[in-house]
Amino acid sequence: MPCDLRLIAAALLVALVSTIAMAQTFSVLRGSTPLDQVAPAAPMTPEQNTSVQEPRNYPEQPPLIPHSIEGYEVTIRANKCLSCHARTRVHESQAPMVSVSHYADRDGQILASVSPRRYFCTECHVPQHNVRVPVENDFVDVDTLLARPAAPTRPAQGKRR
Amino acid sequence: MKTDVPHHSFWKRARAFAVELWDTLRRPSSVFSLGVLVLAGFVAGIIFWGGFNTALELTNTEPFCTTCHEMADNVFEELKVTVHYSNRSGVRAHCPDCHVPHEWTHKIVRKMQASKEIWAKIFGTIDTRDKFLDHRLALAINEWSRMKANDSLECRNCHSAESMDTTRQSPRAVDAHQRFLFTGMKTCIDCHKGIAHRLPDMRSVPEWQ
Repeated sequence: MPCDLRLIAAALLVALVSTIAMAQTFSVLRGSTPLDQVAPAAPMTPEQNTSVQEPRNYPEQPPLIPHSIEGYEVTIRANKCLSCHARTRVHESQAPMVSVSHYADRDGQILASVSPRRYFCTECHVPQHNVRVPVENDFVDVDTLLARPAAPTRPAQGKRR
Repeated sequence: MKTDVPHHSFWKRARAFAVELWDTLRRPSSVFSLGVLVLAGFVAGIIFWGGFNTALELTNTEPFCTTCHEMADNVFEELKVTVHYSNRSGVRAHCPDCHVPHEWTHKIVRKMQASKEIWAKIFGTIDTRDKFLDHRLALAINEWSRMKANDSLECRNCHSAESMDTTRQSPRAVDAHQRFLFTGMKTCIDCHKGIAHRLPDMRSVPEWQ
């Protein structure tokens, strides 16, 4: 019984602390809008439409879409992206061909057309908007990381040597 | 002559009336002057011709098209989210802007073809969403082939290649228009399908997957 009480007290404390922490996080992103109210939506910004490829931050990153895809239909009936990026269409569109990895089924067999599991392009590939991000991204790519001078005073390194 | 007409037969009476009418029509008028006849003909012509065109234009409006739920619930709803309905400058296309030729003779031809659509309306060919989706490919092909045949005339009623300032277009658009539109290799509808309504199943359509 006393053990249960302690458990409940501990759970309550955790809940309280995390609620406070979350409330603080939200208050940054939400501005001064109370939690039970919906703030007016920020105005929409136009999609970037430069057609210039953005750098990839890591090798497996799905390339970003450097053009507007407003109104493009990607459904079970039609795929507007493939009308330019499919293997059979790139000679005319001069668009980059969908990677050959997308023509492989899950057993690695290359199919004649894009594999169904890779059909819905915008699951991974997205256009970009010029916006002021509410939270800055401090991602560092591997090249920048490798170029940094090694930190000499890390205890873990000393131990292993 | 009239007294000879037997009263028991409808067809015989009708025939006698037609004969008498024809006799009257081919005789010169004994009551009205030539001036009155010409003037009356002129006025009647204005009324009939004006009435005909007014009625024709009434059927050439978006409120008329959307009186049928087949149009209001399917294609018109889909149009509303596209740039041809809602955009920054507020200039928009109405149904007949794209679907009825503006030039008179072609307009009449299209209006006569539309009698088939009345037949479909009466017999409920697309009176549910599912039926509409089943017919969508055929309906879309109708419009695509019409635009392909007239070099996308209805597009060009507003979008003229001469007035296109490619320096204000995106790099992709400039490239495509310079290579295909200005050279006449392709016409608008070849690339711009599904811009005002949702697309049908495109697997059988050339240049699509």
